[in-house]
Amino acid sequence: MATKPAKKSAAPKNPLKRDDNERLLTGWGRTAPSMAHVVKPGSIDELRDLVAKAGERGILARGLGRSYGDAAQAGGGTVLDMSAFDSIDLDTVHGTVTAGSGVSIDSLLKTLVPAGYFVPVTPGTRMVTVGGAIAADVHGKNHHVEGSFGSHVHALDLVTGHGRVEDLAPTRKAEHFWATIGGMGLTGVVTKATFDLIPITSSLISVNTVRCPDLDSVMASMVENDDTYRYSVAWIDSVSPSGRGVITRGDHAPSAQLDAQQALDPLAYEPKVVATAPPFIPSGLLNKFTVRAFNEAWFRKAPKSRQGELQPIGEFFHPLDGVQEWNRVYGPGGFIQYQFVVPDSAGYLIDYALKRLREVGAPSFLTVLKRFGAANPAPLSFPQPGWTLAADVPARVDGLGAVLDEIDGLVAASGGRLYFAKDSRQSPEMVAQTYPRLAEWQGVRDEMDPRGIFTSDLARRLSL
Amino acid sequence: MMDALGEPQSVLVLGGSSEIALETVKALPRNRLRRVLLAGRPNAARHAAVESLTALGIIGVEAIDFDAKDTASHGGVIDGVFDAGDIDLVILAFGVLGDQDAAEADPSLAVDVATTNYTGAVSVGLHVARRLRKQGHGALVVLSSVAADRARRANYVYGSTKAGLDAFAQGLGDALHGSGASVLVVRPGFVRTRMTAGMPEAPMTTNPQDVAEIIVKALRKGKETVYAPGPLMYVMGVMKNLPRPVFRKISEKQG
Ligand SMILES: Cc1cc2nc3c(=O)[nH]c(=O)nc-3n(C[C@H](O)[C@H](O)[C@H](O)COP(=O)(O)OP(=O)(O)OC[C@H]3O[C@@H](n4cnc5c(N)ncnc54)[C@H](O)[C@@H]3O)c2cc1C
Ligand SMILES: NC(=O)c1ccc[n+]([C@@H]2O[C@H](COP(=O)([O-])OP(=O)(O)OC[C@H]3O[C@@H](n4cnc5c(N)ncnc54)[C@H](OP(=O)(O)O)[C@@H]3O)[C@@H](O)[C@H]2O)c1
Repeated sequence: MATKPAKKSAAPKNPLKRDDNERLLTGWGRTAPSMAHVVKPGSIDELRDLVAKAGERGILARGLGRSYGDAAQAGGGTVLDMSAFDSIDLDTVHGTVTAGSGVSIDSLLKTLVPAGYFVPVTPGTRMVTVGGAIAADVHGKNHHVEGSFGSHVHALDLVTGHGRVEDLAPTRKAEHFWATIGGMGLTGVVTKATFDLIPITSSLISVNTVRCPDLDSVMASMVENDDTYRYSVAWIDSVSPSGRGVITRGDHAPSAQLDAQQALDPLAYEPKVVATAPPFIPSGLLNKFTVRAFNEAWFRKAPKSRQGELQPIGEFFHPLDGVQEWNRVYGPGGFIQYQFVVPDSAGYLIDYALKRLREVGAPSFLTVLKRFGAANPAPLSFPQPGWTLAADVPARVDGLGAVLDEIDGLVAASGGRLYFAKDSRQSPEMVAQTYPRLAEWQGVRDEMDPRGIFTSDLARRLSL
Repeated sequence: MMDALGEPQSVLVLGGSSEIALETVKALPRNRLRRVLLAGRPNAARHAAVESLTALGIIGVEAIDFDAKDTASHGGVIDGVFDAGDIDLVILAFGVLGDQDAAEADPSLAVDVATTNYTGAVSVGLHVARRLRKQGHGALVVLSSVAADRARRANYVYGSTKAGLDAFAQGLGDALHGSGASVLVVRPGFVRTRMTAGMPEAPMTTNPQDVAEIIVKALRKGKETVYAPGPLMYVMGVMKNLPRPVFRKISEKQG
């Protein structure tokens, strides 16, 4: 019998070898990296195919990675770059837009503003995608009167765990719709959405500024006057024990308010980007002294009181976008943004939290206080009526974890909670306690993703 | 998942009753710790280790069966652990000192030391690396020794296994570099544990708590190699380069 040479069985694939599409991903805070296979689907069919083939480490959509913690990464999984979903269809009859989920607010504004429209909600950076805005149900300076992003969405297309495209709306499969708003990408992949726009007649914002000597006067002024403004936010000097601050409020300026020069092109929109922060900055650069100096300068720069100043959109809404990659100033240790909401009855926690952060020596570079209005029906949406405080803190501060856990406890006891898009450190127990509709949401999610393929490092860390 | 403040949720200790490893677990930030697996041979020491961590209020401490010498079982043990959930930190701590004198008389005893310290570590280390790679994050701490830097007459069998382990761990760290997973090589000097009980102490002797603190700090900083105590790095830098006759003299004196 002629013996054929035994066919060599294929050598097992080397599990330590790197694939070309592997990328280390972090959030904006540059902490806790994990590696994922980053893939860019070019069409709905490609996307459905990727979802169908998703492995046991799961799959997740990522926008521009502007969430601070681990919401947009999935260790060992497939992470979808959604930038090919980039269509923008403006409907001037209904005053709505239908945009691909990978479209950024930055590019939307470039199309919308010259046409006389503004997005219904913008976060403090325009470098977020429509998908990210929906998944985190982002809020802006107008939350106290107009609610969060999801409240303005009429319809969205979602590729679920079944690999099907679901056409969702507040009136169609409402449960699936609201589970997706604020659902942190865990119910599926949004491919496009239709939402309301704000008609504008100029690209300028008419801004009123008040400087307040202490936190009490900041809060009193906000309670009294915020409701008469569409946009309002306060910056707080986190270094000064007084908690002094600057409140800026405003609305889109009517074209009638523009001077002759501005009136020539009332809808002109040219946001400026100044410079990129150097790639390597010693973490010592941002210390108690530089933070103190920065906060002092910011306070001094503001007028005691000024009415009707006309500011460009970028200056009013997205001041940080002026410096690209500013997140690098915190150095290689990265940073966290701690953001909670508490009901009005627990407003005293604002002062207490700032005091505890000062005591632990965690210099907050930028601290923002805002009032929230009514919540929407989304089970995992963060905003609820009350106060929300956001503070940037370097991650490598001794004792920071214990202090934040302590504040978490008080926030939870008062009926408040933390924002998933900013979180990088809360405990799963905190989530279970402060998002009372978590189990209900999980039930709906399991129906939409029976194989449990949509996951993220955030979801793993918090047992979502 | 390790969080932004470096708080792990899950730890696997290979050599679950190692005093250095247990002190390391105790020194870790534990606000988020929910799963601590102590892998080792079933015995009283392992049982006591579970008790001692649990008594500190650490949640989810569990013993699992693991024998460094039974390399055929390693894949299954490691897969079982990782299939049940991600592991943020693995501490490879098992090891035996052996008896140099006896080993020279009976080479099978030297084989035993080599199988545990080197062969076993290579086997389980590669299985761990495979799973850390797959999950895309996590750190592996490997307890090498200053003995790896230069073998002494008095314990060169042990020293040679640590030298092999050390080289292996460095290479593994390079293989994993940039993959989200990382390897930290730890080189302690003389540490007061049951392994060294009754032996004359060497200069710069430390306690397991000291080594633990150094490991935790190095992890936080993302270091790849660390000595314990730190200044031993300079001492060993000199030792490694001493001419053989000089080194022989010095190590003879030390016994
Ligand atoms: C300087 C700065 C200021 C900010 N200010 C505010 C603010 O004022 N208000 C506020 O609410 N937030 C604010 N944020 C947070 C930011 O708005 C949110 O984190 C937002 O989700 C980021 O969008 P992204 O496109 O970068 O999404 P990513 O960070 O990439 O992803 C965020 C989440 O969205 C999911 N996701 C992304 N795309 C899709 C998709 N197509 N389908 C399904 N899920 C998807 C991801 O899986 C992830 O869970 C700020 C962030 C920065 C950096
Ligand atoms: N102490 C020092 O001075 C010193 C200095 C440098 C480096 N180190 C290294 O540090 C590590 C920890 O040492 P230590 O001081 O903490 O010593 P230890 O307390 O004696 O711990 C050694 C551990 O290894 C385990 N082990 C031995 N053989 C095993 C096997 N076949 N399978 C599974 N587990 C096995 C032991 O478990 P059993 O109970 O089953 O035996 C014990 O848990 C060792 O690798 C050691 O070489 C120690």
